[in-house]
Amino acid sequence: MAKPIPSPAGAFFANWRQNIIYIGFVVIFVVFALTLSDKGFLNPNNLLNIVRQTAMIAVMAVAMTFVLSAGEIDLSVGAVAGLATVTVAMAIAVAGPIGGVLAGLATGLAVGMFNGWLTTKVGIPSFLTTLAMMGIAKGVAMWISDTAAVPILSPSYSWIFGGGSVGPIPVLMFWMALIAGVGHVALRRSGFGRRVLATGGGETAARYSGIDTASIKFRVLVLSSCAAALAGMLYAGRLQSGRFQLGEGDELSVIAAAVLGGTSLFGGKGTVIGTIVGALMIGLINNGLILMGLEFSQQLIARGGIIILAVALSQKKR
Amino acid sequence: MTAPAPTAVRMTGISKSFGGIRALDNVDFEVHAGEVHALLGGNGAGKSTILKVLNGVHVPEEGKIEVGGQPLTTHTPEASRAAGIAMNFQEMSLIPTLTVAQNIFLTREARDARGMIDDADSIRRAQALFDMLQVQVDPTALVGDLGAGQKQLTEIAKAISQKARVLILDEPSTALSVSDVERLFTFLRQLKSEGVAIIYVSHRMDEIARIADRATILRDGRHVITAPMAELPIDVMIEHIVGKKSKGLADVTRSDAVRGEVLLELSGVTGPHKPTNVSLKLHRGEVLGLAGLLGSGRSALARVMAGIEPAVAGEIRIKGETVAIRRPSDAIAHRIALVPEARATQGIIPAHSVADNMVMSVIGRITPRGIVDRAQVRAVAYRMIERLSIKTASRDHAVSTLSGGNQQKVVIGKWLATDPEILILDEPTAGIDIGSKSEIIRLVRDLAQAGKAVIVISSELSELLTACDRILVMADGCAHQMLDRADLDDPAETDPEYALQAAERRLQIEIQNALSINALRIKEASHG
Repeated sequence: MAKPIPSPAGAFFANWRQNIIYIGFVVIFVVFALTLSDKGFLNPNNLLNIVRQTAMIAVMAVAMTFVLSAGEIDLSVGAVAGLATVTVAMAIAVAGPIGGVLAGLATGLAVGMFNGWLTTKVGIPSFLTTLAMMGIAKGVAMWISDTAAVPILSPSYSWIFGGGSVGPIPVLMFWMALIAGVGHVALRRSGFGRRVLATGGGETAARYSGIDTASIKFRVLVLSSCAAALAGMLYAGRLQSGRFQLGEGDELSVIAAAVLGGTSLFGGKGTVIGTIVGALMIGLINNGLILMGLEFSQQLIARGGIIILAVALSQKKR
Repeated sequence: MTAPAPTAVRMTGISKSFGGIRALDNVDFEVHAGEVHALLGGNGAGKSTILKVLNGVHVPEEGKIEVGGQPLTTHTPEASRAAGIAMNFQEMSLIPTLTVAQNIFLTREARDARGMIDDADSIRRAQALFDMLQVQVDPTALVGDLGAGQKQLTEIAKAISQKARVLILDEPSTALSVSDVERLFTFLRQLKSEGVAIIYVSHRMDEIARIADRATILRDGRHVITAPMAELPIDVMIEHIVGKKSKGLADVTRSDAVRGEVLLELSGVTGPHKPTNVSLKLHRGEVLGLAGLLGSGRSALARVMAGIEPAVAGEIRIKGETVAIRRPSDAIAHRIALVPEARATQGIIPAHSVADNMVMSVIGRITPRGIVDRAQVRAVAYRMIERLSIKTASRDHAVSTLSGGNQQKVVIGKWLATDPEILILDEPTAGIDIGSKSEIIRLVRDLAQAGKAVIVISSELSELLTACDRILVMADGCAHQMLDRADLDDPAETDPEYALQAAERRLQIEIQNALSINALRIKEASHG
């Protein structure tokens, strides 16, 4: 079977639809660099700001890549992040930073296990489970915080979780890189990742191959809620407070980031690197549109248009 | 059979019900190490169920299973696999979004020093498996991009790769070419000599006769007989399967059709991938067969005529008038109907009722003022259930509750409801029992007699020979030769059953000829 092996670059462009996200990212970056250079787009501080604003979305989107690849969805991530900011802030007030971190993780675990249990044992589709959970998490966050912001008075917590920086590099960037690296290896190279892709690619086939698909779904939903809780911890650290509004609406950006990156909404296909680039692209677009001086209403329209264009171009030709 | 071979699998008194229907009733099944054991039976006989019990997918309600002398007490796919059982599944054990190599070693991937999956190793081992089978499949291709034959080879490689002591092959050859089946058999004989027990399920008696040592026949969920193949000539096998004396396909009488005017004419029709430059004429009242191996372009030609993959070149004329068939609705409007190849995905919606499936293609006609006329739905369903003698508990039962043969009749009924003049049937008898097969062939003859023009695609040559008046042999997308059915008969042979076998051999030779002529043509083209 002598088949001509294309050069890596040739293969990249031959599959340009698959790789549209990377090409698109570069194109948009270059366009903004050329047109917005006088407004400070290329200023390192502005670029790092994009990272700061993207980090939480990216963390949640990495986990969402696993959820979507397994053929499920998690709509509760934004609300869970908001709930985690509140539980973390309240726990820090009584038990210090370590108590706060534990409370945040416990929040993610509890919500994730409940989502997973409802989806795999009770048999409610994850779309509905997590849609309901979105309301529940937000309600709980409002209730326990009395809808008020809970201040965090621990500088060390705030430094580690989102506020600090090492030299010019924000700590958030390390978090993002860590989660992306672990996520990428886990999806591409670990047995768990392969089982996730198999479950989403063909559930019956996966089960016949000896994969416990219910357990895989349970685990990706737990993973997603824990990632949402971590994102909440980062929001709380960055803004030095817990508020139920934090993370509101993030689920859409998170899903958009994953889909832009080439993850299939129908399962079986996903890449973490693509997701990270997708998240950065959304941050890039937001930043550029603000620098252009567009109004918020115009930003929404432009952002929606760009996302549709990117996903449409990535579709296989019929 | 000098020394008693050790027992590889012993299942005793297995019973299993689904929703009140007894799929298996106190069945005994025993397989020796180092034998190919054929498992036979019509649809609904319980073959798939007993295999799924053995494989751990279904939990038996009663009965005991021993594998290699050890009782099997946990009924999960993992436990069965640990006991040394491997099985290919007819169509559902591959994941389309993973590559061939990833599918073969799913959950059994090689790990590198850091515990990460080593895909390069899987690719090497997959290639070694295909080399051993002497077939060509690209281990790095996505399974979703493969054709049916390649998928089936991947399934087989997946089962073999488990180095099992008991290898179950459930209809492994339905999409394989003759030469690939031959290579598979050579390989199975080698496995057998190494002491592997092989359970082989097939609807093709000729294959069973060639490969199996013993056979077990099930009927209606009960054990009928287990015997060495020497004691089971084909007519005895069919008798046990069907439950009454039957000669199988040969007893469908093929009357000379009264050929009417030309209904459909293709000239130089070329599809997006296949077929290439096909011309043919189809008359009212005749059955035209398309013969050829996998990839010969038979199904592609059917899809072109049905508007699923519109032609890119050539002309289609219906009753002398040139027509454009750009989409399935155009074909339906010109009274062409295609009973597609993949029943479960292209033919029916399994969860919907028999009646709802029947009216799917005529929903516009029975929906005056936007509301579905339920009386007409009932009428269409009633008419088709009667006409095709479909066995269903009621017209409101889900099609998934019917046997394969009856599901196929629902698909045929659905298309007859559109009142077609030209009916194309793609592998109408694939995976259904021999009783239903004869019924469907008889139905095809009746439809032609009633003035329709019928095209039948089938990989079972005896079926084509029984059903068709003319047979077009195709290879690599090209029409090779149009044969009159009568010309394939050997005038010296008078016994109808032997006559069919003689004709089958001649058709087989024509198909092989078409391939070699085509290969020659391709070679010349590339040199010139």
